[in-house]
Amino acid sequence: MLSIHNLHASIDGAPILRGINLEVKAGEVHAIMGPNGSGKSTLASVLAGREEYEVTEGEVTFKGKDLLEMAPEDRAREGVFLAFQYPVEIPGVSTTNFLRTAVNQVREYRGLEPLDAVKFLSVMKEKMKLVEIDQKLLSRSLNEGFSGGEKKRNEIFQMAMLEPTLAILDETDSGLDIDALRIVSNGVNKLKSPNNATIVVTHYQRLLDYIVPDFVHVLYKGRIVKSGTKELALELEEKGYDWIKEEADAASV
Amino acid sequence: MTTVTKNKVTDLFLENAPSFGSFPSLREESKQIVNGKGLPAAKDEEYKFTSVSKKLEQVITDFSPAKPIAVSKDTIKDHLWAGFEGSYLVFNNGIFSEELSAFENSGFEVQMLSESNAIALGSIAKAEKDPFIALNTIYFEDGIQISIPRGKKVDSPILFLFFNQANEGQIISPRILIEVAENAEATFLEHSISLDEAVYFSNSVTEIKVGQNSHVHYSRLQNDGSKAIVVSNFETDIHRDATFTSTVVSLSGDLVRNNLSLRLQDSGCVGNMYGLYLLNGKTHVDNHTNVDHTKPHAESNELYKGILTDQSRGVFNGKIFVRQDAQKTNAFQQNNNILLSEDAIVNTKPQLEIWADDVKCSHGCTTGQLDEEALFYLQARGIDKMQAKGLLLYAFAGEVLEHINDESFRNYIDRLVQERLGSNF
Ligand SMILES: Nc1ncnc2c1ncn2[C@@H]1O[C@H](COP(=O)(O)OP(=O)(O)OP(=O)(O)O)[C@@H](O)[C@H]1O
Ligand SMILES: [Mg+2]
Repeated sequence: MLSIHNLHASIDGAPILRGINLEVKAGEVHAIMGPNGSGKSTLASVLAGREEYEVTEGEVTFKGKDLLEMAPEDRAREGVFLAFQYPVEIPGVSTTNFLRTAVNQVREYRGLEPLDAVKFLSVMKEKMKLVEIDQKLLSRSLNEGFSGGEKKRNEIFQMAMLEPTLAILDETDSGLDIDALRIVSNGVNKLKSPNNATIVVTHYQRLLDYIVPDFVHVLYKGRIVKSGTKELALELEEKGYDWIKEEADAASV
Repeated sequence: MTTVTKNKVTDLFLENAPSFGSFPSLREESKQIVNGKGLPAAKDEEYKFTSVSKKLEQVITDFSPAKPIAVSKDTIKDHLWAGFEGSYLVFNNGIFSEELSAFENSGFEVQMLSESNAIALGSIAKAEKDPFIALNTIYFEDGIQISIPRGKKVDSPILFLFFNQANEGQIISPRILIEVAENAEATFLEHSISLDEAVYFSNSVTEIKVGQNSHVHYSRLQNDGSKAIVVSNFETDIHRDATFTSTVVSLSGDLVRNNLSLRLQDSGCVGNMYGLYLLNGKTHVDNHTNVDHTKPHAESNELYKGILTDQSRGVFNGKIFVRQDAQKTNAFQQNNNILLSEDAIVNTKPQLEIWADDVKCSHGCTTGQLDEEALFYLQARGIDKMQAKGLLLYAFAGEVLEHINDESFRNYIDRLVQERLGSNF
């Protein structure tokens, strides 16, 4: 489904991603871990199409198409969804308000009939249950005055509405208490199917108790320096990153 | 003795001044003011960024008062938006047309100024305050006075429709006097339209007495043609416990200067000023506002917002004057701008003069670009870039539009704004 080959990206001339290779197949869950500043969010942003980052080398194909060629909105319509690490606040625009436009533009691209107001509302009600989110929150200015947990639940709610084939969750678990974590993970798990895939970026193994990964990758200085199964996450939890850093730094000298 | 070097347009106005029989002393006094002060030149601090005189000199060819044009009742009806229900008073090139208007049995009184005998004309909009007020006082042929009786709630809005089409670049001088008596309530709307891309100079004066404990909303839509020069002089006296709310939406024109002045004469007054300007091409819009707090426990709120592209220019100048007596004043002012092009310019200046010591005043201004983070967020949800921009800009503008209390007018302006923002402006 997603194939990343030798991806290099920089910002303002400074290289951040320095040769990423990753294969994600339908039905899989990949976890990406790694120390602060290693490039995890950069990778997520490049995949979603943020323009500040310049791709200097490498290819990314998504369902056989060149992803890097596409505008951010077309990537979303093709089925890429990014749950932001830091969801932006947009005064005066509510979730309900922009999501209907979003859903219908995505549906149009996929050759589906637009949802009318009534149908949209009923789909919304159904998906709201999934992440236990309140309708009042959805009609407020996006993320303005939302708690950390509300912001993250809202991201997953949007994911449910847009039905992506590839969901990239950038630290959706950070800062959540156990209850909120359970709600968010349950939402993600219910949306999983053999036809879609998930990349979860996280610092915490506890998320992986809920969303069980097929593969775990460690990103360090813009490269994937180690990949393994869910046991790797447990090992990292126990031993920290230093041993991996040493290994990687020794290898790159 | 200082000699004033008057500019050429001042002389042209004085040479071509009409001689109307009504208000002889008021007009004579105004002539002396214009003659003495001259119309503001570039050096004039109040008109520093907006040289109306120079613009007039460049484009006006005929300095005589414009005459009414042939307009049918159907044309008028075509310009009333869907859902409008209320009275309308039509000004045809600045001259009131009873024939084209509709205001029967609406609970208020309309008189020609030349025949009215209520509060004195020019007592709120004083000719010495600004040469453009004086100029209007020389040039208006007749105008109207509207009186809202004591305790009366006028249920439907009262719309002033300004039809402007002075082909030779003539002078249009609407003059309106409004007296809202104690405990009354009314909503005024104003819509200026050009029937074509005519060059003209519209210099209007509106003076309003907002009586004790009354509630008045006045919303304006300025949608003149791209060659129009517009100066509006809006003067209000707000009495004890009264609330006055002004909203001005400027969408086009060549050069627009809005002078808006609220005098909070007593305690309990609330004065609200809201403005939105969406500018493209070379449109220049200048909002000069002034709120004068004279007594304790009064409140003023001000929010002006602008979205500018191409080589357009916006000017905002907000004066808040708090007199020594006006303790416990609450005054808030905010001006926010989004620039969508490199060449668009905004000059914004808050001017606070506070002589009382126990007051709450705040002001702020921002000028920036569209929030790229927010734009990316919406795109990442599948919304195309143009529409995402439109959504963000509309949300920005919406904070002003929500203050228009008449629903059909608000919806109409909303639609115009959305159309503009959803396209490439
Ligand atoms: N907009 C930007 N401008 C300049 N530098 C940036 C920008 N975005 C990221 N960087 C730099 O790129 C590097 C990688 O950042 P990134 O946010 O991708 O890390 P991360 O792995 O997601 O970290 P964290 O775990 O803290 O979220 C960091 O050194 C960061 O300072
Ligand atoms: Mg990050």
